[in-house]
Amino acid sequence: MKWLSDDKLNHLRGVVSEPDFSETKYTFVKELGRGGMGTVCLVEDRELDRLVAIKVLNTPEITDDLRDRMIREAQIIARLEHPGIVPVHDVGTLPDGRLFYAMKYVRGSRLDEYAAQAATLRDRLRKFQSVCDAVAFAHAHGVIHRDLKPQNIMIGAFGEVLVLDWGVAKIRDDPRSSPFYQTTEGTVIGTRHYMSPEQARGEIDQLDERADVYSLGAVLYFLLQDQAKVSKGARAIIAKAMADAKENRYATASELSADIGRLLDAEPVSAYRENAVERVGRWVSKNRFLVLLVLAYLLMRLLLIFTSRR
Amino acid sequence: MSKPLIGVILGAVLGAIDGLTAWFTPAVRNALAGIVFGSTIKGIIAGVAIGFFAKKFHSLPIGILFGVLVGAFLAYLVALMQGGYYLQIILPGTLVGLIVGFATQKYGREERPAVSH
Repeated sequence: MKWLSDDKLNHLRGVVSEPDFSETKYTFVKELGRGGMGTVCLVEDRELDRLVAIKVLNTPEITDDLRDRMIREAQIIARLEHPGIVPVHDVGTLPDGRLFYAMKYVRGSRLDEYAAQAATLRDRLRKFQSVCDAVAFAHAHGVIHRDLKPQNIMIGAFGEVLVLDWGVAKIRDDPRSSPFYQTTEGTVIGTRHYMSPEQARGEIDQLDERADVYSLGAVLYFLLQDQAKVSKGARAIIAKAMADAKENRYATASELSADIGRLLDAEPVSAYRENAVERVGRWVSKNRFLVLLVLAYLLMRLLLIFTSRR
Repeated sequence: MSKPLIGVILGAVLGAIDGLTAWFTPAVRNALAGIVFGSTIKGIIAGVAIGFFAKKFHSLPIGILFGVLVGAFLAYLVALMQGGYYLQIILPGTLVGLIVGFATQKYGREERPAVSH
């Protein structure tokens, strides 16, 4: 009997678990990642001669109703045409019955990898603001992401920000709508550290845009946790976005984005009421050069007075 | 706030401070009110000119240069009328022009082009 090495065994295991793209226009290139919901693969679109990412759902046994809902979901997400949202190109079924959808293959790094590359505080805030804007766009179209986390946000090669993985998104106010996986009351979906308390309790009916606002707050916390100088304004923004009661959070991702914009512009943020000393400090910090000029002017006047009195 | 208004306010304040420092020169202390008034007017004129310049031309270096030139020129005229104290008048006047030039470029509402429907 001949024994197989671990490497060969792992290779065989990989080949066996590879999705079967034989009756599609795609050629498997490599696996990009694997999660609870599905497997993301890099494939080549032979018709258009380009690389795309395909997410294959892990559930082969799927009811017609669920299939219809998933396709409808993919259609709605595909309509979210925004530079910050990864476009869905295609949706279909593999020979083994598993559903898949194809999306743009984003070259770049995930937000957590980007943050680990010593990005500055301002850069992180700018990227985060772009995430908020993309999420706000989706909200405006009635789509709630429900699984926002650094691993689902990509920074492209040109610094562009893309929100990925709309697989558990919810379409608001649509009675026919449901996420890819049936989420009845009491079902918990999302990622523990980033999900709102109501989402963690499985209160599916209670989820609205403010659940995403909570997750955005958690993403912001993640981005700023290793920064030495985090202003009270930034901390207050995180606290407001991650308030336990959704009534106390920002009502929309746009409001959160606006506060981040104010923070970047050294303007007062809505989440924090600063005292007079802090207000003056912020103004001086913002107008450092003008203050230096006026001080130089006053110093020069003093010198002139001093020299003229000799 | 518009750029000319920023120029006027800053020019007037710095001009008034400029004039008030004459108190430290005993020889001209008696004419302090006139000096403060004249200096404030000079600051306002400089502020208006520099503010309107900033409204038309959006360039920090050119705005600062224009401010320096206007401030120095007006201060030179004042020094000519005074018949002396050139350094004490022209140096602060130039610096006031520089500050107003910087502030009007950096701050104040930008003019937006009119949109036709």
